[in-house]
Amino acid sequence: MELLFNLFVNFLQVGLFSFGGGYATIPLIQEYIVETQHWLTYGELTDILTISQMTPGPIAVNTSTFVGTRIAGLPGAVVATVGCVISGVLMATILYYLFRRYSGIQGVTDVLAGLRATSVGLIAASACTILMIALTGSSEFGESTQMSLATAGIFAGMLVLLRKWKWSPMLVMLVSGGIGLLLFGALGL
Amino acid sequence: MEQKKVSLLWLFGINLFISAFTFGGGYVVVPMIRKYYVQKKGLFDEKELMDLAACAQSSPGAIAVNLAAVTGYRVAGKKGVLIGCVGAVIPPLIILTAISFFYAAFSENQIVRAVLRGMEAGVCALVVDVVLDMGRAVFQEKNRLLNILLPASFVLVFFLQANVVFVIAGSAAVSFAVGLISRRRKRDGTAV
Repeated sequence: MELLFNLFVNFLQVGLFSFGGGYATIPLIQEYIVETQHWLTYGELTDILTISQMTPGPIAVNTSTFVGTRIAGLPGAVVATVGCVISGVLMATILYYLFRRYSGIQGVTDVLAGLRATSVGLIAASACTILMIALTGSSEFGESTQMSLATAGIFAGMLVLLRKWKWSPMLVMLVSGGIGLLLFGALGL
Repeated sequence: MEQKKVSLLWLFGINLFISAFTFGGGYVVVPMIRKYYVQKKGLFDEKELMDLAACAQSSPGAIAVNLAAVTGYRVAGKKGVLIGCVGAVIPPLIILTAISFFYAAFSENQIVRAVLRGMEAGVCALVVDVVLDMGRAVFQEKNRLLNILLPASFVLVFFLQANVVFVIAGSAAVSFAVGLISRRRKRDGTAV
């Protein structure tokens, strides 16, 4: 019971503070689920991000289900998922209701614009963290001096395909997985 | 608002369907909602869809689930919120529960590990790509406060390991205060 409550409260906070959807949840999952509660390792977090790219469904719901199931079975999955979506659902509905009644409350608009900008900064910070883990295997500067050139190559190549040729995320995942199989599996890099 | 009748079963089914087939995040849900709610059923118009999407995007959490909630509310009231959300959450709940049961065996497999390592680099590229697009959109607003908030929150969290929640709360407070002061100045006509 206490465990379920704990799951609920932690995912409630993840849901409540992630503005901007999708990737904006990553910094919060990092803060609460990985660093404070140690329910996930960084390696597992990147695996979940990878799985989220290949399955339907939001990153937040995928993570809460995965962590909830592992910690407390199906009830855990349900409790964590409810915790993680409830604040957004309520706030969106109330916002829409207010929006129709009194259109344009300037103070709210200001705060939302500020939060959107901050959220991009936070996602950038998470991007740097997962990039460092992918390249060096560690999230701290100078802890590991070895850098995987193969990973750096895949990253740079995929970024170019995304920016210049507007590849779809699905295609990027398939191709990078294929290159991974070739480089890390067959050639043993 | 004129209420068009829609059965709760249809609402549940359509949310289940949309959720099961949207790969690649919340923004993909908007065109799906347009296709089924606006074009096929005529439940509301395009402009209202933008309002609904803005509310879903401005709220915390998963945009796809928020959007299921507000569109459910729009077409079927409070019951619609619940039905929409449950429909939207069930597909990922089932899929990830299954994956988490097999994860241990799955992640120790050498072939799977090699594929995942490659994909990990791909995921990094995807996130960086999104950050570049979103960052450009913020800077294009040419708002001095936003131009400061974005890099400041990055530096605070990445280099100074500040708590994410404090950064969010701080930025909300600063945005509110700056907005208030600038509006008051405009109203009083004292340009500083």
